[in-house]
Amino acid sequence: MSSSALASFPFFRAVAGAWSTMSPAALLGMAIVVFWLIVTLAGPSLSPHDASAIVDPDVFGPISWQFPLGTDYLGRDMLSRILYGARYTVALALAATVLASATGTLLGLYAAVAGGWFDASLCRALDALISIPSKMFALMMVASFGSSVPLLIITAALGFMPGAYRIARALAVNVQALDFVQAAKARGEGMAYIGCVEILPNMIRPVLADFGLRFVFTVLLLSGLSFLSLGVQPPDADWGSLVRENIGGLSEGAPAVLMPALAIASLTIGVNLLIDNLRGKRKDAR
Amino acid sequence: MKPLVQVEGLRVVARNDAGVEFPIVKGVDFAINQGEVLALIGESGSGKTTIALSLMGYARNGCRIAGGSVRIGDKQVLELDDAGLSGLRGRTVAYIAQSAASSFNPSRTLMDQVVESAAIHRTLSRAKAEAKAVELFRALALPDPEHIGARYPHQVSGGQLQRVMAAMAFITDPALVILDEPTTALDVTTQIEVLRAFRNVVRQLGTTAVYVSHDLAVVAQMADRIVVLRDGEIRENGETAQVLEAPAHDYTRCLLAAAEPVERDIAIAAPAPQRMPVPLLQIRGLCAGYGAIGRDGLPAKRILTDIDLTIERGATVGVIGESGSGKTTLARVVAGMVPSARGQVLLDDAPLPDGSHGRTREQHQRVQFVFQNADTALNPAHSIGAILARPLSFYLHLRGDARRKRVLQLLDLVKLPASIADRLPGELSGGQKQRINLARALAAGPDLILCDEITSALDTVVAAAILDLMAELRRELKVSYMFISHDINTVRAICDEIVVLYAGQKVESRPRAALGDAPFHPYTHLLVSSVPKLEMGWLDTVCARGAAHLPTLAPLPAASDAALCGFLPRCGVRIDGLCNRLPPPRQQLPNGGEILCHHTPAALIPLQAPLQRFEEVA
Repeated sequence: MSSSALASFPFFRAVAGAWSTMSPAALLGMAIVVFWLIVTLAGPSLSPHDASAIVDPDVFGPISWQFPLGTDYLGRDMLSRILYGARYTVALALAATVLASATGTLLGLYAAVAGGWFDASLCRALDALISIPSKMFALMMVASFGSSVPLLIITAALGFMPGAYRIARALAVNVQALDFVQAAKARGEGMAYIGCVEILPNMIRPVLADFGLRFVFTVLLLSGLSFLSLGVQPPDADWGSLVRENIGGLSEGAPAVLMPALAIASLTIGVNLLIDNLRGKRKDAR
Repeated sequence: MKPLVQVEGLRVVARNDAGVEFPIVKGVDFAINQGEVLALIGESGSGKTTIALSLMGYARNGCRIAGGSVRIGDKQVLELDDAGLSGLRGRTVAYIAQSAASSFNPSRTLMDQVVESAAIHRTLSRAKAEAKAVELFRALALPDPEHIGARYPHQVSGGQLQRVMAAMAFITDPALVILDEPTTALDVTTQIEVLRAFRNVVRQLGTTAVYVSHDLAVVAQMADRIVVLRDGEIRENGETAQVLEAPAHDYTRCLLAAAEPVERDIAIAAPAPQRMPVPLLQIRGLCAGYGAIGRDGLPAKRILTDIDLTIERGATVGVIGESGSGKTTLARVVAGMVPSARGQVLLDDAPLPDGSHGRTREQHQRVQFVFQNADTALNPAHSIGAILARPLSFYLHLRGDARRKRVLQLLDLVKLPASIADRLPGELSGGQKQRINLARALAAGPDLILCDEITSALDTVVAAAILDLMAELRRELKVSYMFISHDINTVRAICDEIVVLYAGQKVESRPRAALGDAPFHPYTHLLVSSVPKLEMGWLDTVCARGAAHLPTLAPLPAASDAALCGFLPRCGVRIDGLCNRLPPPRQQLPNGGEILCHHTPAALIPLQAPLQRFEEVA
């Protein structure tokens, strides 16, 4: 099939259009994000060893053919541990961010359309939540309820929801002042229709960009909690805990402490590169 | 003598989203002699502003001057480097933009901004520049020229700001001044003052100017030569008198025809608005506004005071007034978007609940609102088909094929091809969008359509087509319109009855047949006589008639609370001791209209004698 025949399908045309308009930096970010998503999904089946198997008599082993990323403080294969840990870091953060952004956006939309006392009281309540530093809030939650995967998701979601709400509300308030929303109101449309059909499609791009940014924050928060041994509990480990448990190797310059830190860094930088381009495109289009 | 400005083979290209360049100005040649005013006229997209900007060596974002030459005096503008261009702009060529409001820095005084270019080009010391600015303020007939410079932009009116902007351009004695639609955003009564001020200054200083406009009647007052543009090419270039009286090109004739007020045939095919026992819409004693509700039950910022209005079934009522007169608020109250503070809106004798929440879907369906700006009134994320389909499923519960068919019928009704249904609003032209806007209101099958300045943002030719369409729809579908406009010619074209609002009061109403007959309310008189006419020298005639000094009013001991005439501060025939003391009575006119004035109709006729001129054209 020739490329022109392919291009006649709207889907392929859209994909081709998206690729051609992306800057090299965004493509790099995209590649990194796609790479880590694949690792998250297929990590365990790709890993050469079991994550908890002690395979090296030596601890803090250097990079070698047998252990491409060295070994940790018990002599476990670092590559396998990172591949397994990706599930916790990426999937946990993704779940928490989806929860935070979805509830924040819906609440923001509702507040913007409803206005009045509902908007005012919700704003004040969430402002109160924003005023608590996210780390402190997370520490408080873990101290009160103990650490578990669902609790970590809820904690991160609660911590980042007010920010998502604020952004969504600000965007929705701008859009709802436009004439087509007034037209819908004059038509007698209900709030759900106005919010989801008239307003949401016109603010989805910045909301998605905000989603990416919030994902990065969530990764950092969860990794930070794990570094304080309050996050994912052994024997499971996310990248934050990997840094924590191998911190003893820092003085030796062991790869075991560097590699999970590099994984966190590359994921966050990749997501950031992608978001920055998504936002930059609008500017160019002007 | 060598002309001051010589433009040869000017070409400008723009780049579209795909990065492909296409020409928007295709080889334009013209020359301007010293002291001559040249008008560039054309529809939007004809390249008139692009050409004007390229005289300063400037091309807007995404555009590029691709070739040709522009000579001003002995400078080749297109060959100048950045430093040379900086020296040229504001010094040799000055620019007066369309919207003065967005061209001023709101946090600095007017004087600071007016003398800025003199300081940048070091032509005058600060003190001398200020003295010169005051002279210019005086020449431009600005009030209190010595002190107006100390004010901030928000403290003067739109028309005054536009004149201050002219002072800003003239301060360096530029060789060439570019006026880019400087009066388009102004009300007619303000426009005439600004035009008069501009023309006097241009004459006094012997300035060479380029006047960019879409309005032939305005250009006829200002220009010595007219260049008619279309699609980036010159269609005609000639002396003003020749272009107006003996146009050589078809397109010029077309423009001239669209500028003439045309009365649309509304009465012949349509059954005359039936005098049913119950009119379609009645507004009784309506007061409305914005802000907190005070103790007297009226809002803090009152927009409408005591409005009475009746729309018969099948009739079209035109509401005219300047910006801020409350005409849009009136329509929004009827549509339920703004709550009323006092009074009633009755649809078929049944009161319409206040605001949109209390209304039934059927009440919403019967009254539809068409917004002024089609760019923002259509959701950019929805296809045209979806936009038109929504009222069909919302009000009429149409689904599937029936709905699809009706969408195509609607498109046909507003004379658009069916293929447009799959497009997004962003891909349509302004006139097409306004048609969709109208079609969406028609989709509901309403009895009354509220049209809020729907032709104001459109070119004359496109606006004329929309008015034709409305007249036709009225004949076919027998809907009623409330047609809001600031342009008396537009209203006259399609309305049976005309209502004039000033400062939230209904100062006059009259049937269309009697539109040209004195007596008028003094404000209507001002409005009607301020509409520029397509004849040279009209401005001089009007100026000769002159802004007579307003009769002085004795200061009142205590301003009584009663609703005095809103036009009092500007009225040329006000009566001391009466107008500033008592609210004006409503007086019946012999022609079936009524006015809100202390003068009796018989007393007004001799005062408004010059208006016979208006009659001739009407």
